[in-house]
Amino acid sequence: MAIADVSDSGERENYLNAGHGLKSWLLTVDHKRIALLYLISITFFFFIGGLFALLIRLELLTPAGDLVQADTYNKLFTMHGQVMVFFFLIPGVPAVLGNFLIPIMIGAKDLAFPRINLLSWYLFIIGGTLMIYTILNGGVDTGWTFYTPLSTEFLKTNVISAIVGIFFAGFSSILTGLNFIVTIHRMRAPGMTWNRLPLFVWAHYATSIIQILGTPVVAITLVLVALERLFHLGIFNPALGGDPLLFQHLFWFYSHPAVYIMILPGMGIVSEIVCCFSRKRIFGYRAMALAVLGIAVIGFLVWAHHMFVAGISIYAALIFSLLSYFVAVPSAIKVFNWTATMYKGSITYQTPMLYAFGFIGLFTIGGLTGLFLACLGMDVHVHDTYFVIAHFHYVMVGGMVIAYLGGMHFWWPKISGRMYPEGWGKLAALIVFIGFNLTFFPQFILGYMGMPRRYYAYPAEFQILNVLSTAGATILAVGYLLPMVYFLWSMRYGKPAPANPWNAAGLEWQTHSPPPTFNFDEQPVVTWEAYNYDQIDEIPETEEVRVGH
Amino acid sequence: MFGHFPLWPENASTNAGNVDALYIFLLMVSGIMTVLIFTVLTAFAVRYRKRKGQRAEQIEGSHQLEITWSIIPFCVMLVFFIWGAVIYFQERTPPQDATEVYTVAKQWMWKFEHREGQREINELHVPVGRDVKMIMTSQDVIHSFFVPAFRIKQDVLPGRYTTLWFHATKPGTYHLFCSQYCGTQHSGMVGWVVVMEPRDYEAWMSGGGNQPLAVTGQKLFSELGCVTCHRSDIQGRGPNLVGVFGKPVLLEDGRTVTADENYVRESILEPGAKIVKGFKPVMPTFQGQVSDEQLNALVAYVKSLAAPQSGRPANANGMAVAAPKP
Repeated sequence: MAIADVSDSGERENYLNAGHGLKSWLLTVDHKRIALLYLISITFFFFIGGLFALLIRLELLTPAGDLVQADTYNKLFTMHGQVMVFFFLIPGVPAVLGNFLIPIMIGAKDLAFPRINLLSWYLFIIGGTLMIYTILNGGVDTGWTFYTPLSTEFLKTNVISAIVGIFFAGFSSILTGLNFIVTIHRMRAPGMTWNRLPLFVWAHYATSIIQILGTPVVAITLVLVALERLFHLGIFNPALGGDPLLFQHLFWFYSHPAVYIMILPGMGIVSEIVCCFSRKRIFGYRAMALAVLGIAVIGFLVWAHHMFVAGISIYAALIFSLLSYFVAVPSAIKVFNWTATMYKGSITYQTPMLYAFGFIGLFTIGGLTGLFLACLGMDVHVHDTYFVIAHFHYVMVGGMVIAYLGGMHFWWPKISGRMYPEGWGKLAALIVFIGFNLTFFPQFILGYMGMPRRYYAYPAEFQILNVLSTAGATILAVGYLLPMVYFLWSMRYGKPAPANPWNAAGLEWQTHSPPPTFNFDEQPVVTWEAYNYDQIDEIPETEEVRVGH
Repeated sequence: MFGHFPLWPENASTNAGNVDALYIFLLMVSGIMTVLIFTVLTAFAVRYRKRKGQRAEQIEGSHQLEITWSIIPFCVMLVFFIWGAVIYFQERTPPQDATEVYTVAKQWMWKFEHREGQREINELHVPVGRDVKMIMTSQDVIHSFFVPAFRIKQDVLPGRYTTLWFHATKPGTYHLFCSQYCGTQHSGMVGWVVVMEPRDYEAWMSGGGNQPLAVTGQKLFSELGCVTCHRSDIQGRGPNLVGVFGKPVLLEDGRTVTADENYVRESILEPGAKIVKGFKPVMPTFQGQVSDEQLNALVAYVKSLAAPQSGRPANANGMAVAAPKP
């Protein structure tokens, strides 16, 4: 448990000052630097996608389609979805926090394939550049779902460049997953057995399985859309003997599990935070690890619940409805076990813990409303309405984004070597929570009332709820901008971070903040279980003081 | 601007009440779950906040508890599943004697044709208290027929029929939305379902002197030359179509299919797909020669041949009908 050197002199060499100049960043093979490259890239895409979202909400302030043209609106929601899903939510936690933390958490010097790691960032950038080209070249209006035959035969926009961009981003995702799986199998420090892995690592292991098995399917499917568009092959177009539902099956075969690519790493983050700020070992480690694997596996068997009104047979619908309930069981275990972890804890409320609370609450609502959508008779009414929009934003924003923000605050001292301002952090967490609920809760009601999604003009009786939602979105925007500002501020003015500001378990807290290029001064040997807070808290208070400045 | 502020959709069909009941049940159960989790979280957050000199008590976990909070929610979810499945089954099983409306969706309008021949666009007149079955297809992309007041929805696909039914319970005018994104004017692909008292409906139906759909179909049937092979007096080169609709058909490859709307449609557009036992694949395709509206009329005509005794258009030659061969 000894920390080689916890007092950080400004001169100590770390991964940030190990090289200088643009080249030292663009050609780096250090997983931590690549994580930062990803952080900058996905933050850029997050704000692009967020800008589209804000324009969508502004248009929906009034029932008439008055702010933008119908075609512009269609492009806005399409590009909001594509940018957010493929260039923020999916790479988000794995490529930034996973990339930075997994090698350190398991006591390795780097990922198994550092150059492939860099390659995956470049693939992401190629994909992202194509997406930006798509946007600047007039946009694309297929909906992020690319449903055929609309996308293949009827739209005149930049469908192919968007598809090629997403294709590249997909391969970036596959390579990241591959790298993680090999790293977790082969690079663990002596003593870091599977049963001692932090749940963050387990969550990324499960995520990587989905990335490797699912992403190729959507990549091929989108290529088929592009080929059909170019050469009219007749795969999806019924006029040429194709089947438009085939596209939906293939698309959702990836895109439903993709939801778990987004949420599982977030669950990993929450497990780390809840344990640390409750000073507790996780309640039911084994169940928590099995649950993420269970979600990853069962998640592959539920895709057609997106198609209950698409024209599939009653019997197929029955099976997919039932299987969808199976995937809810491990999700429920996670929520209950986090709650149980707090039992008899010694809880403090720093910013990361506020986000963890937010995650559990919002994911609960997102998960429970998922049960409505898995319910056949219910889904027929609310499918393709704002109920669905609200549900998946509760999971993706209330889940993934909240967890990501929590994780960024938790590990920011490690990443940057600086503390963020705690007061501002708490304020931003509160603003995000309020803004989020105000934005998306009214949409559940709108959905049950029957407001269809992707409408830029709507009947007047839906207006008040839409005004509330737009008001919430502006608050949410403030909540997102604040951390961006104070994280940047803290890089220069923040208090220097000690090696272990939270007195947390996990190997990443036993090396310097920020870590040296090869992560540890000497090879760590693990003799303890994850979340050994009983042992950590046995250290007298005075030693904790030694850590801080 | 904010005068009208409803929080619940209108309830205007038998199905709406069923779905509402299920929704309220789901809301109650998930409401209880949410309150429970939030209460426990808050209680723990307050009760176990850090206190001086007090350490956390380490707990390994408990398989018993984990099994409990897996099985109980799962059993509750099975109730959701079964209840939802029952409603879905009802929604997907149209009653036999429903009034039929043929629907063709296209970017960006709804075209309806009633069996009696009335045509309308973006407005659908239906009687209160009677089962109505929509037989729908799309001319271009995928659309979706959604009437919130009836709590029903069905995607409308190009190249095939999908169906949906409802039983309106309250006269009034209700929103009809296209709920599957279909291009530029997706949000303009809206209309109204006008539910009328039976008397008003009869009056509306009798106006205009339209030709019943099956009669239009019968005319097409002879104009397109179908009648030369699909004879109804003696066995022609094609199967006799009298009494075929709704019955099982034995195919050349040994399969048996039900002669439904999609079967008839496919047999016209892609005659080689399903060959009736005992016949040769000699029929030319009519793909591109008949519009979706004409197809609907042909389907309505073939359907009208199903039960020749009930006073509908006589068979193509107006002659006595031989027993249909499979």
